[in-house]
Amino acid sequence: MLWPVVRRALIFLVSTLVASLLVFWVLDNGCEPARVALGTGGTPAGVQALCAQMGLDRSLVVQYLNWLGGAVRGDFGTSYVTRAPIGPGLLDQLTVTLWLVFGSMVVALLIAVPLGMASALRNGRPTGYLLSGLSQVGVAVPAFLAAILLVLVFAVNLGWLPANGYVVPAADPLGFVAHMLLPWVSLGVVQGAVLARFVRSAVLDELGQDYLRTARSKGLTPVRALIRHGLRNAAIPVLTVIGVNLVTVLVGAVIIERIFTIPGIGNGLAYAADRRDLLTVQAIVVTLVLIALLISFVVDVTYSVIDPRLRTRAAS
Amino acid sequence: MRGKRSGAFTALLTVLTVGLVGCSAGSTSTPSTSTSSPSTAASGSATDGGTSSGPPTSQASTSAPAGDGTMAIGFVLEPISLDFTQTDGAAITQALLLNVYETLVKQDQDGQIVPLLAKSFTASPDGLTYTFQLRPDVMFSDGSPFTAEDAVFSIDRVKSDWKPSVKAGMDVVSSATATSPTELTVVLSAPSRSWLFNMTTRIGAMFSRTGVADLANTPIGTGPYTLQAWNKGDSIVMERNTTYWGDPAPIKTMTLKYFADPNAMNNALLTGGIQVVSTVQTPEALSQFSDTAKYQVIDGSTTGEVLLSMNDRTPALADLRVRQAISYALDRKTILDAAWSGYGTLIGTHEAPTDPWFADVDKYPYDPEKAKALLAEAGQSDLTLRLALPPVGYAAAAAPIVISQLAAVGITVQDSDVDFATWIKSVFTDHDFDLTIINHVEPRDAPTLFGNPDYYIGYDNAAVRDLFAQADRATTDAAANTDYQQALDQIATDAPVVWLWSFPNLIVADAQVQGIVANQISAAFELATISQS
Repeated sequence: MLWPVVRRALIFLVSTLVASLLVFWVLDNGCEPARVALGTGGTPAGVQALCAQMGLDRSLVVQYLNWLGGAVRGDFGTSYVTRAPIGPGLLDQLTVTLWLVFGSMVVALLIAVPLGMASALRNGRPTGYLLSGLSQVGVAVPAFLAAILLVLVFAVNLGWLPANGYVVPAADPLGFVAHMLLPWVSLGVVQGAVLARFVRSAVLDELGQDYLRTARSKGLTPVRALIRHGLRNAAIPVLTVIGVNLVTVLVGAVIIERIFTIPGIGNGLAYAADRRDLLTVQAIVVTLVLIALLISFVVDVTYSVIDPRLRTRAAS
Repeated sequence: MRGKRSGAFTALLTVLTVGLVGCSAGSTSTPSTSTSSPSTAASGSATDGGTSSGPPTSQASTSAPAGDGTMAIGFVLEPISLDFTQTDGAAITQALLLNVYETLVKQDQDGQIVPLLAKSFTASPDGLTYTFQLRPDVMFSDGSPFTAEDAVFSIDRVKSDWKPSVKAGMDVVSSATATSPTELTVVLSAPSRSWLFNMTTRIGAMFSRTGVADLANTPIGTGPYTLQAWNKGDSIVMERNTTYWGDPAPIKTMTLKYFADPNAMNNALLTGGIQVVSTVQTPEALSQFSDTAKYQVIDGSTTGEVLLSMNDRTPALADLRVRQAISYALDRKTILDAAWSGYGTLIGTHEAPTDPWFADVDKYPYDPEKAKALLAEAGQSDLTLRLALPPVGYAAAAAPIVISQLAAVGITVQDSDVDFATWIKSVFTDHDFDLTIINHVEPRDAPTLFGNPDYYIGYDNAAVRDLFAQADRATTDAAANTDYQQALDQIATDAPVVWLWSFPNLIVADAQVQGIVANQISAAFELATISQS
């Protein structure tokens, strides 16, 4: 009972450490942040002086341990490039990205569940083929293309929605939704199409099960039988895919944030990487790893809520 | 089972993120030499030994009343930090100079140097001693008064604390003294025409003795705006300075919004997210703003020159004939038309059309046959060169045409797109490049580029260096301009680079926006002149 939890915690620690070490090792470029900061105004003496001021002349081990010491206490330190504390800015960006990811997953589910169910129930008929075909097309459209097309149509040509930008929800809820609608749909449509295929195959699997035939024999229509008995079972494989895809969406959000100039974590990551802002990149990566691990944990817990069989198996 | 899955999640994520960092590093940064648009350096400065006393208020006349309005302006280049004393300034200067920080003197619309925080100033006949009478009523945004002691502190601090190479502009100062709370005396070690001009640039910015603790996040100046917030990766918000000594700015809240993608910036203007596109990155897309009832297109000039820079140190390019051949091989009119929709001016040497020494020279008009002959003569009929392209729109737009025109005379060009950090390292630091395309935006920067053999171009001509030094010591504008012209003519003949075009100051704004400066006269983007009807 306790061992899986301990093992999970260990894996969690090790993966976070490995990820942070990897980032440090890959992005370490000596005085490069100083060189980038000084740009075309850099002289060798100026770069050296700024490098020392940034603390980049210390050994990599010292820098890493220094960072680790702070991170353990929940302090991501002060960026030596922008000289601002990293934590508060990161939290703001994370909030924005979570809004983006959450909203687009809602859009994805709103598309995937009805579409997947309908194409399963219509399997073998023309409408079934049409719906599967639609989801195939959806999968093939990259999110950035969807974003550009949506902006062209709904913002530039029709003028219904703003083309880009971000509004804090607390300040202006309607403006927030208006600004986020296109990003949500851009990310959500593609994810919805991916998920629809999994929903379809999961529902198809369940449709062939004995318990559904029993339910039908009690006099339920196919749709009602599916909703009352089949959906829970079909949800398990779909949930796994959602878990994996959440991470994909998180990473895909980077491009969407760029296109819609949303000040999220993806924009922050690109901004920091451009400037060789090692500590900020480090903080973002570790945060993303934490989120990914959290997602996998939540998915696991949700399994046992949906499927009581998993609960008893885990307890025994 | 669960452990395996979370491990897989983590591995996937790490790979994705690290890969992503690599990708983004290769695609998104913008060099600071590229997009901001500094001044028109017009007629020479006031070092003629006379007295120069400007109008009582040199602030550009702002007829519009100070209302509660807000405005958002789109920019390309986001600052790295807000401290231009420690990091390269183009983007920071654009945002903060003349808005948050002010200088003792500034350039007016005609390029004349006029007082700003100084009420008046005089220069001694030998050009060595400058005396500035300062305004008595100026406050910093932290509430402390601006005195001559602050001016001394600011000037001394350039030498002691600044890192960017522009700090060298203050080297000629041998002493700065506060002779009274409102009188500053500066003594130079040698007469220098460029020093007073440099005092209008960021190294002349006035800081508070008590306000430099956290310049990267909390800039404290005397300007018409104060910094409200910096949302990194997104925007800088400025509020009107309520204790400003001059006319209050017409717009209360100014948002400087940064766009990594030029189309996103255009779309924001089309849909009302911003009111001004400060620098058009895609001139071919200007047709979407052709409705003059809604939009205005401002086509002014900058002091930026887009160069095809050559590494004059490499064996092939050290040969004058090869550089001449490359100059002859390029049809710059076609390049400008195709790459930048014809906006901008063709130039034959390193100058802006607004420079007083501008001469319409064209030493190497398009002549591919001559180019081939010169290459054959130099024994370079089968030449291969590398072209390092920084991630800027004009470089990407010009490169394909440059490559095909060079191919037509038998030069093979291998181009590579690099991110800004890589570009700086290989071109600026290691000098490991053959060709590159870059816009040099700083005003009056010919001595920086061609007066220093260690600069990345590697142009080495002692006669040119002597002419630059002579021009700086000259006692009259006419003498200085003659020296300058002679130096630039020699540089044009030596063809150390190809001057592709002089960069235009292309701005699109809502039709109601007024007061935008058409010809950028300094590295600053002045906000306090802008109003909305």
